[in-house]
Amino acid sequence: MDLTGFFNEAFAARDSILKGLEATIAISALAICLGTVLGVSVGLALTYGARPLRWIARFYTDFIRGTPVLVLVFASYYVLSTVGLDLPPFQAGVLALTVFCSSHVGEIIRGALQAIPIGQIEASKAIGLTFPQTFAYVLGPQAMRQILPAWVNTAAEMVKASTLLSIIGVGELLLRIQELISRTFLSLEFYFFAGVLYFAVNYAIERFGQYVERRVALPA
Amino acid sequence: MSDYLLEIRNLHKSFGVVEVLKGVDCGMRAGEVISVIGSSGSGKTTMLRCINMLEDFQGGSILIDGEEIGYVTAGGVRRRKSEGEIARQRALTGMAFQQFNLFPHMTAVGNVMLGLVKVKRMKRDEARAVAERWLDRVGLLDRAERYPGQLSGGQQQRVAIARAIAMNPKLMLFDEVTSALDPELVNEVLQVIKALAADGMSMVVVTHEMRFAYEVSTRVIFMNQGRIGEEGDPREMFNRPRTERLAEFLKSSPFTK
Amino acid sequence: MGYTLNFAAVWRSFDLLLEGLALALGLAFAGILIGCAIGLAVAFSLTAKSQLWRRPARLYVTIIRNTPILVLILFAYFALPEIGVRLSKLNSFILTLAIYSGAYLAEVFRAGLLAVPAGLREAGLAIGLREGQIRVSVIIPLMLRNALPSLGSTFISLFKDTSLAAAIAIPELTFEARKINVETFRVIETWIVTSLLYVATCAALAAFIRFVERRLAIPR
Repeated sequence: MDLTGFFNEAFAARDSILKGLEATIAISALAICLGTVLGVSVGLALTYGARPLRWIARFYTDFIRGTPVLVLVFASYYVLSTVGLDLPPFQAGVLALTVFCSSHVGEIIRGALQAIPIGQIEASKAIGLTFPQTFAYVLGPQAMRQILPAWVNTAAEMVKASTLLSIIGVGELLLRIQELISRTFLSLEFYFFAGVLYFAVNYAIERFGQYVERRVALPA
Repeated sequence: MSDYLLEIRNLHKSFGVVEVLKGVDCGMRAGEVISVIGSSGSGKTTMLRCINMLEDFQGGSILIDGEEIGYVTAGGVRRRKSEGEIARQRALTGMAFQQFNLFPHMTAVGNVMLGLVKVKRMKRDEARAVAERWLDRVGLLDRAERYPGQLSGGQQQRVAIARAIAMNPKLMLFDEVTSALDPELVNEVLQVIKALAADGMSMVVVTHEMRFAYEVSTRVIFMNQGRIGEEGDPREMFNRPRTERLAEFLKSSPFTK
Repeated sequence: MGYTLNFAAVWRSFDLLLEGLALALGLAFAGILIGCAIGLAVAFSLTAKSQLWRRPARLYVTIIRNTPILVLILFAYFALPEIGVRLSKLNSFILTLAIYSGAYLAEVFRAGLLAVPAGLREAGLAIGLREGQIRVSVIIPLMLRNALPSLGSTFISLFKDTSLAAAIAIPELTFEARKINVETFRVIETWIVTSLLYVATCAALAAFIRFVERRLAIPR
């Protein structure tokens, strides 16, 4: 293992690596934010929607969850241009990840809302709360505590999924590392380095999630 | 303004194809305490839940202080009232549940205040004063800032009763409120209900506690297979049941054997 | 738009897609088998009394779960040869799947183990069984029944992850689909069919797992 060589090369390429890291964070953040917004709508449709809406949401969720992320990425990359939406790889990739994220978030929300005992809705009705009030003050807050850990998990999944965009040529971290490897032939060192970087990001997310969970936990 | 606080006229309710209430008639004046007894499946809880529209009903009508609950018949067509109207009518009654159903993410006082602030539109300090007064009434003022997870079953149920009463309902509905409690915690809840009855609160109490029904009710209703089997003065009914079914039912309780 | 759907091109190569699907299933199956062995060992390690066992096990699980699987795949195939471990494409991919799923299965099995009442081990000791015998005859069978639903969903996840074998040119379903896509330009048809194949297979696997759960359930 050529450690000094590796550090030299890594330092020389620090701009490229930083740009890659930037892209990875941008991809992940966009996918998480947009995916969550979309996912909330899907989740609410799944839980409270009228039958046709629920079926559409169900079909959407089941179809997306049954499809590998890479297939979603390829489909987005290749298909969009034929239907007139000429998106560059970055946007196509983010779109695919957003859709993927939304299906997970939708399921998480549905699960959390349906896990709330029906007695909570009845007690709210009994004191005369309307449904919007019930959702805002009783159901929502309880669901949030259940959603949080699963959502943090989904966020980490998005960071890991961002690596797939290297396959369609988006200049995120993994692609930059692969470019470095093809120049320097230090595959062992650089793949290991990539692993460490991704691990660091995800581990930070995991710890942040645990911190938030502790802060919002109810006293028992 | 009618003579009766609560009127139930020819109430019919089905779950799918199964008819659970087959024509129930009942009138109740203000200040009365009515205990509803009967075996599982007799329809007693369902009838209670129709009063505050937690259950829809297909036939008959329910009136509280002369106001028709849940449905309105105009020109021969029966129509369900709007959700907003039904929510307003629900605030006329207060209900305490078997499973307490306290909001776990709010403190005891927070639970009691929610309805006051959001439904009765009280200012927060006013609501807090009212809430604390009612928590004191049920003996739990010192636990006001605790969360439900930190309270015993009996304490939770007392907070749940305070939550319902604080809304100043015309009628209180109790749905087997001691059935989910450990035996040693049952009494503290019954004491609270007795005190409320003594203060003149109108109540309908679905219960298995025969001694309680005997001591507190002004009237007892025995439900049997979706109809009222027998009703009357508790002393009369428990000591001299007129129907075979009631006699059978009373044998199963240690108090009334 | 001017794009008319024509499934004939995809239909002609359908056998290639099916072969790819079969390969994907085979890879997933091989991966989960070895993964189960790893996961079981690590799960016992995680629940051991001594830190000497728990620490390394926890480290393994945390590292693998926070690293993108694509990085692991590339590392196994491209980087390992540098330290003398030269595996074929298939073998390196199966190894990666095994190590990846092993970390998730370790958590699944750990939860299953914790759900087995402690008193059973003592009852076994009381009748003179040795620890190993108790594990094999009592603990593991009960743990597997507890763990079956999670084990099933991990397998389905792993099956979807086989799509990443395309990144190292293994001819599984996604790789074949991309080839057809690039050769025939029938983008929409290709990806709809590929997606449907994945979704249908996942649904079939889920139904099979539910069937196995029912068969193995202890009568009550």
